[in-house]
Amino acid sequence: MLTYILRRILTMIPTLLVISVLVFVIIQLPPGDYLESHIAELQSQGESVDEQKIAFLREQYGLDKPMPQQYLKWLFGMLQGDFGYSFEYELPVTEVVGDRLFLTVLISIATILFTWMIAFPIGIYSATHQYSWGDYGLSTLGFLGLATPNFLLALVMLYFANVYFGTSIGGLMDPEYIDAPWSVDKLISILEHLWIPVVVIGTSGTAGMIRRLRANLLDELQKQYVITGRAKGLPPGKLLAKYPLRVALNFFVADIGNLLPTVISGAEIVAVVMSLPTTGPILLSALQSQDMYLAGSFLMFLALLTVFGVLVSDIALAMLDPRIRLGGGSK
Amino acid sequence: MLEVNNLAVDFFLQGHPVPALIDVSFAVQPGETVALVGESGSGKSVTSQAIMGILPSNAKICGGEIWFNNPESGQLLDIAALDPDSAQIRQIRGGAISIIFQEPMTSLSPVHTIGDQISEALFLHRDASQQEGLKLTETMLQHVGFPHPSRAMKMYPFELSGGLRQRAMIAMAMICHPSLMIADEPTTALDVTIQARILKLIRELQAELGMAMLLITHDLGVVANMADRVVVMYHGRVMEAGPLRELFTNPQHDYLKALMHAVPRFDLEPGERLVPVREIHSETGALLKKTPREEGVDAHEPLLKVNDLSKTYRLHGGGWLKSESHDLLAVDSVSFEVERGECFGLVGESGCGKTTLSKIIMRAITPDRGEIIYHDGSRAIDVRTLEGDDLLAFRRKMQFIFQDPYSALNPRMTVFDILREPLVVHDLGDMDYQREMATELMRLVGLDPRFLSRYPHSFSGGQRQRIGIARALALQPDLIICDEPVSALDVSIQAQVLNLLKDLQQELGLTVVFISHNLAVIHYIANRIAVMCAGRMVELAPRDKLFENPVHPYTRALLSAVPHPELSQPLSFEAITEGAASDPARWSFPFTIDGSAATEFMALGDGHFVRVAAGSSPADVAA
Repeated sequence: MLTYILRRILTMIPTLLVISVLVFVIIQLPPGDYLESHIAELQSQGESVDEQKIAFLREQYGLDKPMPQQYLKWLFGMLQGDFGYSFEYELPVTEVVGDRLFLTVLISIATILFTWMIAFPIGIYSATHQYSWGDYGLSTLGFLGLATPNFLLALVMLYFANVYFGTSIGGLMDPEYIDAPWSVDKLISILEHLWIPVVVIGTSGTAGMIRRLRANLLDELQKQYVITGRAKGLPPGKLLAKYPLRVALNFFVADIGNLLPTVISGAEIVAVVMSLPTTGPILLSALQSQDMYLAGSFLMFLALLTVFGVLVSDIALAMLDPRIRLGGGSK
Repeated sequence: MLEVNNLAVDFFLQGHPVPALIDVSFAVQPGETVALVGESGSGKSVTSQAIMGILPSNAKICGGEIWFNNPESGQLLDIAALDPDSAQIRQIRGGAISIIFQEPMTSLSPVHTIGDQISEALFLHRDASQQEGLKLTETMLQHVGFPHPSRAMKMYPFELSGGLRQRAMIAMAMICHPSLMIADEPTTALDVTIQARILKLIRELQAELGMAMLLITHDLGVVANMADRVVVMYHGRVMEAGPLRELFTNPQHDYLKALMHAVPRFDLEPGERLVPVREIHSETGALLKKTPREEGVDAHEPLLKVNDLSKTYRLHGGGWLKSESHDLLAVDSVSFEVERGECFGLVGESGCGKTTLSKIIMRAITPDRGEIIYHDGSRAIDVRTLEGDDLLAFRRKMQFIFQDPYSALNPRMTVFDILREPLVVHDLGDMDYQREMATELMRLVGLDPRFLSRYPHSFSGGQRQRIGIARALALQPDLIICDEPVSALDVSIQAQVLNLLKDLQQELGLTVVFISHNLAVIHYIANRIAVMCAGRMVELAPRDKLFENPVHPYTRALLSAVPHPELSQPLSFEAITEGAASDPARWSFPFTIDGSAATEFMALGDGHFVRVAAGSSPADVAA
């Protein structure tokens, strides 16, 4: 098993390398680079262009070098913790991201917890009360949640939150706390605002998870070993928790790897609509303006999360399910 | 102790009640064994579920009573009147009445240890401390024959063989010393030698604990050896009930009589046919008929020659820190010949390599070494080296019938498409020809050609297996390999399909390789029989020779483990020993195979061969 984990970690390296090549190439695919589109934009606005600064930047960041060389520079920079320079913000990438990364992680974790807390009881209820009114009602709600576009939900929620709770529109905190140092009041303000994006981002994921949990649990509930448990005289609640739920958890754990990146990338549009100070809007504008180091670093961060999440879920699966841990397949 | 009166159970399918049990009545006295006999769908399992209060959610008891006298509390209870989730019935369930299910593979949770699952029942129903409970569980595991009980406590079901899983299931049912045990087809999924051992174990435990048993089975052989009284069920009704001796010597009801005639027995007269409950009528047409032997065909050349076939699998396993792998010999230098027009039987227990062997012959698995020579009458074909078009052309000569009729047919294809597919693959004939062929194939296996446009789900298991047979015949092959074609079918359906295969073999001049674990079935259908164990062929003989004079200890063990549906030939439970029969290293000299000496096939005359240590003499064998 240890060798298995080691092997898995080793295979992560080539995976990430391939992803980095893909990310770099795709960002570079459109003709030109950030500086060219920047010049064009300035010129279209009738402003003068500081030729000297442009030339300096071009040389500094090796934009005049061939692509493979640029790639290697970027790659080795990242390995040393230097994620490059954001042209748009005229700051190192790490400084642009800073607090936003923390808020992104906060929203993501809150969303995942929200998803689990809602999906778990509803999924279990729907499965154990299959075809009851409750199941139908919750399923309908779930499908509504799946079908409603996030941005629409975001606008509706913002309106109601403002009208009924007086929460300020947009952002993740009241305007007076932006750029203010951390304090208890700021934290409370964040929590007041946090629930809206969490609900908005989490709704479709929750609905999907309810459906999957219900389907998985229904499969397990019909298995013979559940009847064996009943025949032993186990009370229904204990029976459900010990046997079918335990097995249905497998898919839950297997999902962890996918959950992080979907939550983060699904949050981007919402973040734009709600003007959240998370990483989403930056990534979007960075992609539009070909601010390649900023966009590339974000995408690599997402890729790292995915690969790492899959590793975590694989290890967790092996701990949870003895069949995976002990059952060696024949080759 | 248990009295079922006029019990009626309905299943609700899309809101409509469908009766599953009608007016079922019987009783079980303390300490006795009552067998509930019937085919699938006869309602015997529903009866057991009703007694346990574990009916599926769409089934409801809609009449009658189930009186249970609980010796623990001295209470008399009507189980039928209780809410199946009430605390009262939960106390009985698993405590005073327990159940063993048919499928040891699926009846245990895959993610909990054996020890956990068995002790759970104990902690639910008896006052025992954690330590006492685990100690009791370990003792129970030893009792049911686990070789290393303390290790088994921490093992998961998938690490155990089918036989051991069923023992774990029995331990779970016995741990609370119930006064009534329901055994729902406890040995149906097991090999004969393991079945004999499990039956022996159940009998011993029953005698020791003095409990009553309700044995649910379709196997009249098991009934004859285990039951005191018999209840015969058919279509949800009790047809006949009475003491074992009375029912077996003088069956009154037509259904029981028919059932008795449908079971293959060793003492059938030569040429005697089984009588299925419903016979099927097979018709051959213009396209499918026995092809007259072509000129110049050498009929003496065997159709199939298999020489020194071997196949090894590498298994991987391990825990958190180490991983290990070892080799498993699935097929070990197997050689045999199949004569033209005969039915060659291959018998052995699960895991003996018979299916692997058949798949090697079909070129579905590549062997490590050995050769397969197919002689089509004019020339010999080396099957192992065929490639491309030659292989495609060769596949028309050899076809396969699968074990499981449910998964062998694509549920999304109509029967017509299923039967036509081989013709399409080999580009035979136009649409008209294919339609005519499909129609004729249906008549051949006794199905109405109007069913061609239906999907497999609308057919019963036996009908599906007949569709599988028809598909195998679509290319008019010379050789058919049947891998356990009747083991998933009921006795009466089994007789139907066996008769059909026998007739088809005659009418179409087929050569058949018939693989089965069921000795009675092999006895009925095969001319020559090879016995396999642990990847090796241990004995090969014409049918009568093998059954009258088995030489190899494994063949003998196999034959002595078959429960006969005859009161005059009871199983000798004393002769059943643990595990020795299928372990080649523990066979007596000169049969021992432990890797220290080479073995060879010794001829005993009249086509009778047995595997012995190289250099032994016939005198050693006779001794």
